[in-house]
Amino acid sequence: MKILQKTAAFLKGKGLLTLLLLMPLLVHAQERPEMADALRSNGKIYVVVLVICTIFAGIILFLIYLERKIKKLEQNHNN
Amino acid sequence: MRKSWWKILCVLLLSFALTGGLLLPVPEKFILHETIRNIFFHVPMWFGMIILFTVSLVYAIKYLRSNNLRYDIVSLQFINVGLLYGSLGLVTGMEWGQFTWGAAWSNDPKQLASAICMLIYFAVLALRGSVPDFDKRAKIAAVYNVFAYALMIPLLFILPRLTDSLHPGNGGNPGFNTKDMAPELRPTFYIAVTGWALLGTWIATLLIRLDLINKRNILHENITENSSLSQG
Repeated sequence: MKILQKTAAFLKGKGLLTLLLLMPLLVHAQERPEMADALRSNGKIYVVVLVICTIFAGIILFLIYLERKIKKLEQNHNN
Repeated sequence: MRKSWWKILCVLLLSFALTGGLLLPVPEKFILHETIRNIFFHVPMWFGMIILFTVSLVYAIKYLRSNNLRYDIVSLQFINVGLLYGSLGLVTGMEWGQFTWGAAWSNDPKQLASAICMLIYFAVLALRGSVPDFDKRAKIAAVYNVFAYALMIPLLFILPRLTDSLHPGNGGNPGFNTKDMAPELRPTFYIAVTGWALLGTWIATLLIRLDLINKRNILHENITENSSLSQG
């Protein structure tokens, strides 16, 4: 009984109004776009980052290798 | 003396763009979801292409002013790398479009315009191949380059704005744009653009040096007083 009385009092007061005003926000909060939170929370996104960084490092090393090769060619032709 | 600080800068910028682009917080949007991160990877391809084509244009004009074939080689190789970037931009755009717009090719004005722009630049290579005399070839290619660049600006920046485009920020006046890039994306985006542009320049310099060796016989017949280019 006491709980019912308290609820009734709450509804008569400003509580209901506040709740109604907050409704759109509360509903909106549940409709957030789906993002890759799970991937990041268990840390596995870093595997992808690692793979991409490996590929990038490979490309850069290959460019440096090419650069050295061309440098040798240039020196051969200048002599 | 070759300067390599900008190559180190390129690696640092791209390392940040590749890791930060995947891990930093991004605005949460419907339809796009995590694919919004493609802004750090797909769009820099196009910005890189435009920067490389601009460098190519500068060297085409330098060639026309000096008739030095070295400038023609620089101009050509920057177009080659620019076309590589543009092709990657087109393919990544189709991949992105497949999963967000529902189709790889939706005849979007900007898709069509960028495809036409690529064709115009591919025609430079066909045009070069059809002229056997290397002086004429260089001159025709340089003049064509100026016209191609003048066409690229309306194709990529003006025509897509005159109609509706699926690309955010196109269609209508950019001053009244409500879909401008979120401010938190900008630093990583500009770092990525600078990094990719520098990487393109790096690849282009390698191609230029190789071409200078390959065409040394032609170059020796040409005016050789301005040899500062080969020193890179």
